[in-house]
Order: sequence, then structure tokens, then C-alpha cells
Amino acid sequence: MRKVYSKIDSIVGNVITVKADGVKYGDLAEISTSFGDSLAEVNKLDGDMVSLQVFAGGQGISTGDEVRFLGHPMQVSFSENLMGRIFSGSGAPRDNGPTLNENLIPIGGPSFNPANRIIPKNMIRTGIPMIDLFNTLVESQKLPIFSVSGEPYNELLARIAMQAEVDMIILGGMGLKYDDYLFFKDTLEEGGALSRTIMFIHTAADPIVESLQVPDISLAVAEKFALQGKKVLVLLTDMTNFADAMKEIAITQEQVPSNRGYPGDLYSQLASRYEKAVDIQGAGSITILGVTTMPGDDVTHPVPDNTGYITEGQYYLKNGRIEPFGSLSRLKQQVNDKTRDDHRALMDGMIKLYASYKDSLEKQSMGFTMSAWDSKLLKYGASFEKEMMDLSVNVPLEKALDNGWKILADSFNKEETGLKSSLIDQFWPAVS
Amino acid sequence: MKSTGKVVGVNGNMVTVEIAGDIKLNEVGYVVTGGTKLKSEVIRINGDRAQMQVFEITKGIGIGDPVEFSEELLAVELGPGLLGQVYDGLQNPLPELAEAAGHFLERGFYLDPLPKDQKWEFTPSVEIGAQVVKADKLGEVPEGTIKHNIMVPFSMLDNYSVKSIKSKGSYDIKDTIAELEDSRGNVIPVSMSFEWPVKKAIKCYAERLRPVDPMVTQIRLVDTFLPVAKGGTYCIPGPFGAGKTVLQQITSKFADVDIVIVAACGERAGEVVETLKEFPELLDPKTGKSLMERTIIICNTSSMPVASREASVYTAVTLGEYYRQMGLDVLLLADSTSRWAQAMREMSGRLEEIPGEEAFPAYLESTIAGFYERAGLVQLKDGQKGSVTIGGTVSPAGGNFEEPVTQATLKVVGAFHGLSRERSDARKYPAIHPIDSWSKYKGIIDEEQTSYAYDILFRSNEIESMMKVVGEEGTSLQDFVIYQKGELLDATYFQQNSFDPVDAAVSPERQKYLFNIMMEILGAELDLSSKDEARSWFNQLRQVILDYNGSEWQCDAFKDLEEQIKKTLAEKKIRVDERAAALMEKI
Repeated sequence: MRKVYSKIDSIVGNVITVKADGVKYGDLAEISTSFGDSLAEVNKLDGDMVSLQVFAGGQGISTGDEVRFLGHPMQVSFSENLMGRIFSGSGAPRDNGPTLNENLIPIGGPSFNPANRIIPKNMIRTGIPMIDLFNTLVESQKLPIFSVSGEPYNELLARIAMQAEVDMIILGGMGLKYDDYLFFKDTLEEGGALSRTIMFIHTAADPIVESLQVPDISLAVAEKFALQGKKVLVLLTDMTNFADAMKEIAITQEQVPSNRGYPGDLYSQLASRYEKAVDIQGAGSITILGVTTMPGDDVTHPVPDNTGYITEGQYYLKNGRIEPFGSLSRLKQQVNDKTRDDHRALMDGMIKLYASYKDSLEKQSMGFTMSAWDSKLLKYGASFEKEMMDLSVNVPLEKALDNGWKILADSFNKEETGLKSSLIDQFWPAVS
Repeated sequence: MKSTGKVVGVNGNMVTVEIAGDIKLNEVGYVVTGGTKLKSEVIRINGDRAQMQVFEITKGIGIGDPVEFSEELLAVELGPGLLGQVYDGLQNPLPELAEAAGHFLERGFYLDPLPKDQKWEFTPSVEIGAQVVKADKLGEVPEGTIKHNIMVPFSMLDNYSVKSIKSKGSYDIKDTIAELEDSRGNVIPVSMSFEWPVKKAIKCYAERLRPVDPMVTQIRLVDTFLPVAKGGTYCIPGPFGAGKTVLQQITSKFADVDIVIVAACGERAGEVVETLKEFPELLDPKTGKSLMERTIIICNTSSMPVASREASVYTAVTLGEYYRQMGLDVLLLADSTSRWAQAMREMSGRLEEIPGEEAFPAYLESTIAGFYERAGLVQLKDGQKGSVTIGGTVSPAGGNFEEPVTQATLKVVGAFHGLSRERSDARKYPAIHPIDSWSKYKGIIDEEQTSYAYDILFRSNEIESMMKVVGEEGTSLQDFVIYQKGELLDATYFQQNSFDPVDAAVSPERQKYLFNIMMEILGAELDLSSKDEARSWFNQLRQVILDYNGSEWQCDAFKDLEEQIKKTLAEKKIRVDERAAALMEKI
């Protein structure tokens, strides 16, 4: 029998304080308000004063509302029944399915022992040439998409989710527009991927505290499935909203802000989530693909900046394309020597030529006369953008490599490509 | 009598404890919660209350939970068996922890840092009746590639006479190997291992010396132009993706020292894994044994508890100082000191201290200075020299060096290797900016000569920025040649191909050799009639030198290519400029 407290001492923003005893740090409580019940989490103990952050927000809470401590920290049900289901950040069903209560597991668990990690070795195919060919996604990698509001980053995520060769997908949405939530749901449903997907969705209209739980709850479930041998892809969108939610709570609790109002532990908080990405020897793996929107396209903003120090590269999505410059997969070297002999050479060669194309483009825009070489580059750049960078291109890696050779052959002579002769002999397309 | 207490407040990883009895600042205590003991450290005492940082996740701690104090400061265990280990920030051996607790770092597991049952071949070096003080050698055991001195524990402050000493034989670290009698007649048994608090520097040496000898890293740009001295300090600030960690990894492989301690402090676990899996396979060219045998890894990655991240750099430097006491050269690589500073900031925030710049605590500078000051070249009492060199990376927010951690670090280090985004984007490795960076140490090549090369580089840089405005047409041929010389120096001397087995690490001998060739080129007045001719001549020369750099030292290809360089140069060389001629005569 748990004690019920009916005297709330203070309510500041989303944080309430209650006099109570026998409470543990991190425990959950249930608050019954006139607007319904809400969960709350203990985030400070000071003598018998217990501070809780209320998931549904502080609005409308009365000092006389009942607070009931549940005697355990935040948990989530874990079973095969989660598949195909949609939940909120607090784990309540968002679809019309039943509430799940069996086999509860804690969230935000300890980190993986570095001594037990292995060097990642498997490529994840996505069918997107800018990823597969140029910045290969690797199993157990943590990689954000750096982007700007208005860019089709959610479309990109949904496409990767549909096409990636993984066993299951966990989508964690933070501060999603309701339309985007419906977009994910419909896209996955139409593509037949919903049955291998679990969604934890916090929309922009939901209380802010709930968004803080989304990464932890998604990753706790992912971890359990990975231990059972599943290859899990976790999609987190948008981590900037997550960071902003932390900022909001930190400021309400009068924490000293460090950089542009963000709390001093922003790096550790982001790292403890991203570092859940892992390849477990003899079992499954967790790969994390996040979205970090950069306010004002500024990569030095605290959220993308701290993220860049944590993750293993980034995809830079700009003007609807994954930019070859600014994008980086730090783990691609682990896998792209095992795909096809021409993979690495073509990757470097095409990017170098694309960089030269950019120079020619600049010259052209400044009104300089174009040499024959410049014209070749311009032709090359145009086909590269159309047949490689365009997000609608959807081909397996081998086809993308063949296309690469075709683009080169259409624009250049063999010796102009700067590629090794042995590769050219093997892969240069026959004259059509 | 050990004190006890009970928890009266929890805020993040800080607990407030009501204490009964006396406690020390920085004393270690254990919060007992749900059957597990969570290691914590006292960081502030106020009346009958103490604030403690918990080195574990604090979930589940409740008001009234008992706290047991240990009477000891946060300490590491010193003794044979440290080399080759992988520890967390509190000296918990991670591979053993994985065996005991599985894949995850379950809290409340504290294992012995040193193998308890391993036997060591002990050879005594003192006789009964000998007078000894702290840090005096009692004997030695072989450990990996080194001779590990067994010393009188550093915390024994009296004068002692040796009552008994074990004869040559094999013992484990807890066996009593000697009995020492202090001035009051107490007999104290001594084993091969003892503890030392991490936040206290080990100062059992005769005197501290000025670092003079270069610590060779086999990176040309560093050894020749931005050298680091044995016993010195240096820092590597750089934005993300500029190659800080790669540079540290390469240094940890090739540095000319006896022992390397890698402190992975708050960075990615994946990077440590590369070292972990790679080092046991790689051979140390000096000793022929695996690199792991000279390495200790302190691994407190970004998702591990932040309080032990703060402790991890101290753990690392204490181990370094311990080996320095044996007359060895130790290199400590801390990656990244910014994460360590952030750990301090988090704690300071919880203590509600008045924040300084960017919310870092006011004592940031003095703490950073205190850490780097633990490096140094020392003369031991027996006349031997030992050194601890510290190299720390800094991860400045937004890649902007005008931030508190970078600035505080620059004040105390002897060399600054600033990485630039521009150079790393252009795939120039190492991405150390040759002009912005500096070093106060002496390198392997005479300073007058390097400054001659530097002058050309400066001038070349000026010309380059001028050319951006006036175009190539507006630049004189003479200037254009200087610009090309600077570019050549950058491409063939500053840059190194880390994937090339030969060019990845270059011996000082070969560096000097190549530098002399560079001097001949830089100092030459050239007979070039047009910019196009100059460009193609330099391109040709560059290609030959790059091939030359990739060829084995003194092999046939090496000699052929050298001939080719000399021939190419001779074709266009008119005379050597006076300053260069004077410098070359010295060689």
C-alpha cells in the first residue's frame, strides 16, 4: 500500500514539490488532477521535500491534488507485442491498442562496457547512393542528419527506415508536428514496414517533459531486442527539440546555464543516449540515426556542435540533397573495402571531380570564360547532382557504382578521371 | 573509527549526507542503497552535512540511506601489473568487470585493480640493516618490457631500517617482501603494492629539471617545427572531425617513450575499441613486444558517470608519476580535457557555486594548471632521470579557441598544436596549423634552420592571400616562386600520409636528411622564366618527393628518387641565397 499525499507545496512551471518520505531518487508518481491523471518523476530530494517533474505539465495542477508514489522508476513493457504499436513518451498507447503491462523493464540503464565492444564491420544498405556509395552507414553507428527546418529530413528518415536492411525499427519522435507523425505512420503503413516498427511519439502539442523520456524509452526497448539478437535501427527526430526540452526544464529549476541557455551537462546527456549504439558480439546491434536541426544553419550552435563531438560523422542535408561536403561517415573505412574493388577509388575520384566542378561553377558565375575542361566538369556536375545526389534516386550500391562509371564515361576521357588504370580497364563502360 | 552518515538530499549525481563523526575533504564513502554500495567522494563539508559526488547513477537512492566512510582519499593501487590494463576512471579493470557483470557497467562493482594471484620474479636490492626512506628501491621485478622497481610506499614518511627482506623468488603483490622498522621501533610489513591518493602529486624526487630533450613522435611537423620535450606539456585543440583523436592514436603508437598512458576521458567508446583491438597486434619496434605491454588505458567514455570522468585524468597522471619514479619516460595522452572541464562544470553547478565564464567554475584555470604541472622531467635521488609528458586534446565549443578551457590550457602548456578545420577539410594530415601553432621546446633540428623555412612559409602565406585579391596576373614571378616553395614545404614536409607504412612514421634521422634537401630547394634561386613553367616544375618536384617519402629508407628506389630530386633541382638552380648557404654550411 503506497501512501497518498494531498498537499502540494509549490508548483513552478512543470515542477512540483511535495512533502513525503520513503521516496527514492528517480521514482515515478501519479498525480490526479481535475484534467485527468499524469505521471511525474522525482528529480530532486531535499530532506522530506520531493521535487517532481510532471509529464503533463504544471498547468491546472491544484495544491490539493493527490500525489501517489509508485515506488519504482520509469519502466516500459517489453515483449513482441510492442511490434507495430505506437506509444507516447510516457509509454501510454497512442493507437487504439491495449495498454501493455507485462515484463516491465527500467529505462536509462547503465552504459555498455567498452571492453566488450567490437569493431563494427557490417554495412547497412539504404538504396541512397549518397549514403551507400559516398558515406556508408555502418551497423552500430550513431549518425545524425544535420539539417535546417523545412528540409525533407523526416522524409529521408522514413525512406531509410523503409529500405534499410535491419530486423526492426524504433522511431522516437520529439516535438514532431502532428502532420509529420501522421506522415511517418502512413508511410510505414503503406510500405508494409509498420509491423516491424515501434513508435514512441511526442508531438509538439504534448507536454514538454514527455519528450525527455522518448530517447531513453526507445533505446531501452532497442537494447533488449538487440540482446535477443535483433538488428535494430533507432530513428530519433528531432534531437534539437530534445535538447530544447532539457533547456526548458533546467531553466525552470534555476540551473546555471552554460551556453546559449543550455544546461552544462548537454554533452553528457546527449552522449549517454547516442552511446547506446552498439554491436553486441554474438547478438544483435543498435544503430542510431538522428535528426539535429541547426537553428539558422549554424553548425556551431551548441546542439549540433556537441552532437558532432559525440557521433561518428553526420549527413548534411541541404536544399533537399545530402551534401558531399560536410557529410562524413567516420566508420565507412571499416566496410567499403569489402564491397566492390572500385568502391573506394570511385568514391574519392568522383568527389574530387565534384569539387573541381564547384570551382568551375564559381568561375562561371563570376563571368570568366569556360575552358573545354570547365565545360566537361559542368556537364559532369549536372549529371552527378541529378543521378547521384537527388534523393529520389533509389538503387542498390552495385547499380550506383555502375551509374558512377557511366556518368564519368559520359563526361570525360579515361585519363581525365584520375582513377587507376587497372580499375578503368575493368569497369569503364563499353561504348554505347 | 570510521564515520557513518545518512542521505538527506539527492540532486543529480550529488547527494547531501548528514554525518556522525569526523570526515575528511575528498574522503571516499559508500552510499548503501538496495544492497549495493555506490562509491562517492566528499566534495564539500558544512557543519554536520557533507556533499558528496557519486561515481555511479544515483537512481534509487532515498532519504535515510546509510553512508559508510572509508577514512581514505580517492586513491589508486600502485604495483606491478598495471601495464597492459584497461581501467575505468576509478581503476576498475574493465575486461574483468565484463566477466563479472556482463555487457553492461552495472553499478556497485569494484574489482581489484591488480591481479592478486599473479607471481612476480622479485630480486632484492637492499640488505638487512639498510636505511631507507619513502620511494627508495627495495628490489625489482620484470614487468613487460621494463624493470619495475619495488619501492618503499610513498606515504611512509619516517626513516626506516630494513628488518627483513625476501630473497630472490616469486611472490604475489600482497606477499610481505620486506619489514621496515621506523624510528620508534615499530615494524611495518611492506608488500609490492600500495595505494596513493590521485589528487596528490608524487614528489619523491631530488629535483625538477627543465625539459630539454625532444620527445620524438615521428611526425615531421611536430618533431621539426613544433617539438614536444620529454617532461613537457602540449595541447591539441581542434573542432570535431579535425583529427585530434587520430593524432593521439598515432602518437601513442610511435612516441619514443617507455610507457604510454591513454586517458580516454569523456569521448566515444568506439575510438577506445580501436586502440584496444589494435595494440595487442602491433609490435613496438624498440622492444619487439606488443604495444599493449607498454600501454595503460584509462577509459571513461562519454556515457560513463561524469564524476569518475573528473577523477580519470588524475588516475592517469598518478600512474604516470609512479612509473616516473623508476626512471622511465612516460607519455600521458588525455582525450579530451574539455570533457574533464565539463565534468567540473556540472559538479560546480550542482554545488550552486557562482559561475565564471560560460558557467565554468572560477577555479577552472588553477585546476587545469595544477593538472599540467604534474608533468615534468625529474632527477631522482639515485641520479636517474624520469619524465611525465602530458598531451591533452581540447574540444572547444564551435571550434572557437577563444573559450575558457582552451585559453586556460594555452597559459600553462609548452607547445600548442592547433588543428584547423580548413586543413582537415582539405584532407591535409596532420591538420596542425603550421603558422598559428607554437612550441617553446627545442626540436631535433637547429632553430635557425627551421626559422629560415618558417620565414618562407610566412611569406608564401602572405603572397597567397594577396593573390586571392589581385589574381595570379598581378603577382610577380619572384613572389610566385616563393609561394610555390611554401606550398612544396607544406605538401612534402608538413603533410604526412598516415596510411602509407613508410611515411606514417619518420625517424629523426630521416627527418634531418629530408630537411637538408628541403633547405637546398628553399634556399635556391631558380631559373624559371614563367609562372606556368614554375608551376609545372614544382608539381614535378613535388611528385618525386612524395614518392621519395613513401620509399623505404636507403633502399634502391630511395636512392634513385633522391638522384632524381637532385637532378631536377640542378637543372634550374642558379645559386643559393646567402642566409641559406651560411646555415647549410653549419650542417
